[in-house]
Amino acid sequence: MNPKLSQIIAKICLGLAMLFTISILIFIIIYILFHGLPILTYQFLSSPIQEMGKKGGIFPSIVSTLYLVITSVVVATPLGVGTAVYITEYTKKNKITDIIQFGSDCLAGIPSIIYGLFGFTFFVIFLGMGWSILSGSLTLAIMMLPTIIRTSEQAIRSVPQSYRDVTYSLGGSKWQGIKNIVIPKALPGILTGVILSMGRALSETAALIFTAGMSIRTPTSIFSSGRSMAVHFYTLAREGLSLPMAYGTASVLIISILFINFISYILMNQYLKKYS
Amino acid sequence: MKNHQEKIIEKSILIVAFSTVFILFLITLFIFKEGLPFILNNGLTRLFFSTNWSPSDGSYGIIPMLIGSLSITFGALILGVPLGVACAIYLAEFSSKTLRNILKPMIELLAGIPSVVYGFIGMIFLAPVIRSYFGGPGLSILTASIVLGIMILPTIISISLDALLMLPRSYKEGSMALGATQWQTVTGVLLPAARSGILAGVILGMGRAIGETMAVIMVTGNSVKVPSSFIDSTRTLTANIALEMGYAIGEHRQALFATAIILFVFIIILNILAMKIIKKRRI
Repeated sequence: MNPKLSQIIAKICLGLAMLFTISILIFIIIYILFHGLPILTYQFLSSPIQEMGKKGGIFPSIVSTLYLVITSVVVATPLGVGTAVYITEYTKKNKITDIIQFGSDCLAGIPSIIYGLFGFTFFVIFLGMGWSILSGSLTLAIMMLPTIIRTSEQAIRSVPQSYRDVTYSLGGSKWQGIKNIVIPKALPGILTGVILSMGRALSETAALIFTAGMSIRTPTSIFSSGRSMAVHFYTLAREGLSLPMAYGTASVLIISILFINFISYILMNQYLKKYS
Repeated sequence: MKNHQEKIIEKSILIVAFSTVFILFLITLFIFKEGLPFILNNGLTRLFFSTNWSPSDGSYGIIPMLIGSLSITFGALILGVPLGVACAIYLAEFSSKTLRNILKPMIELLAGIPSVVYGFIGMIFLAPVIRSYFGGPGLSILTASIVLGIMILPTIISISLDALLMLPRSYKEGSMALGATQWQTVTGVLLPAARSGILAGVILGMGRAIGETMAVIMVTGNSVKVPSSFIDSTRTLTANIALEMGYAIGEHRQALFATAIILFVFIIILNILAMKIIKKRRI
């Protein structure tokens, strides 16, 4: 075939593939919001779950979700950022960093159902935490680690070496340099990772069913059981309890995800502008 | 004094850094602790040489679910790989930088959509379409393959895109200087040079497809039998664990954990393979 012609055909086909992929995204968002937005009233957001979700609202699952997301972030962030600091600041690339990297990459690939089983046998039963926000959050925290480590590592690496040199030349110690210069400078990048991993916690279902339980009551502490919005949505949809309620819950999920991605996008862009 | 404090901080950060490895060890330990007794008592034969899964009679053949998982993963790859690689080529070579900066966050958003939402759309929108065009129950291997094919797109696109963007500029410039068109450059130079990176993306996508649970539960119909065609209902290994774990006790529970071991080992192997491929490229 004429190279010029095949160039044109290829360009069109590749463009169509891209268009198709983006259309799927837009279709999903519009489909959910179109059916769900009419359901979203103050009443829906603030009422308890009634008759297993057929009536009432989703207030308890909003509270559960907030509990889960916040607790897991609080646990995962120091671990993830600490790991990134160690890899980047305290050691050169060697066997130890390879092993840590391997651990992190493996954690990233493990499917959520396996995390669910692990959380169930380890946190719920072995450590006796029962079905609770705490068990769920700790499981989620492990699932978040790889994202936080990877983004923090990139963010810390992109802080120019000269910043550190200045600290040392002023008589500052390594830790002072990290605490006062490197981490603050890398903060927008680190936050991007933390916020993105909040999205993961928000969407998670399989791991939470076995760890946080399915209670429809509003959790009062991290030791109560509670079902997150994603779990509640799954139950509504799969058991065919109420389609409108399912659409409503899905809309809240989608809007939260859009919001999270938007924030992390803004942060990332600011960050990139600063260093490139 | 200050030096002493620095030492303590360094030691504690080292301990934190090993948390991933420690957790990986714990996960392995606890999954094996629950499932290994079943494998040791029965060997793998009881799981692998039977097409009958009925825990109430003590039959634990995972072949129907294995076929379900593999056929859906295969179907997802058939759809997801060409589409994903095409998108990656488009983003790397044919889109302007501004357009790429708009499209990339949208791909990330595609990765952020909860799997239950994918499953829901598959169940409520796609399954009826499949039912009316292809027949069958609608909740089928085909439906699940399409849903999973879309779900693995972000993985395949982002890793393939990285592989393409990492290539030295000289490759492209050399080819264009010889008078090749952009498309000839892509097929003749860039794709062959980036093939191992793309392969890594495909392997990770495969891992994601095999491990996916909730979306698959919602679109496969979950019947335990060897499927006879691609519009037939099926159940995957992951779905089997999620659906039955809630009430499984004794040997049944052990058998489910044994299935989890098989999944776990398989996915770790896939990950190591992908890591090896990616690392080789970097050196």
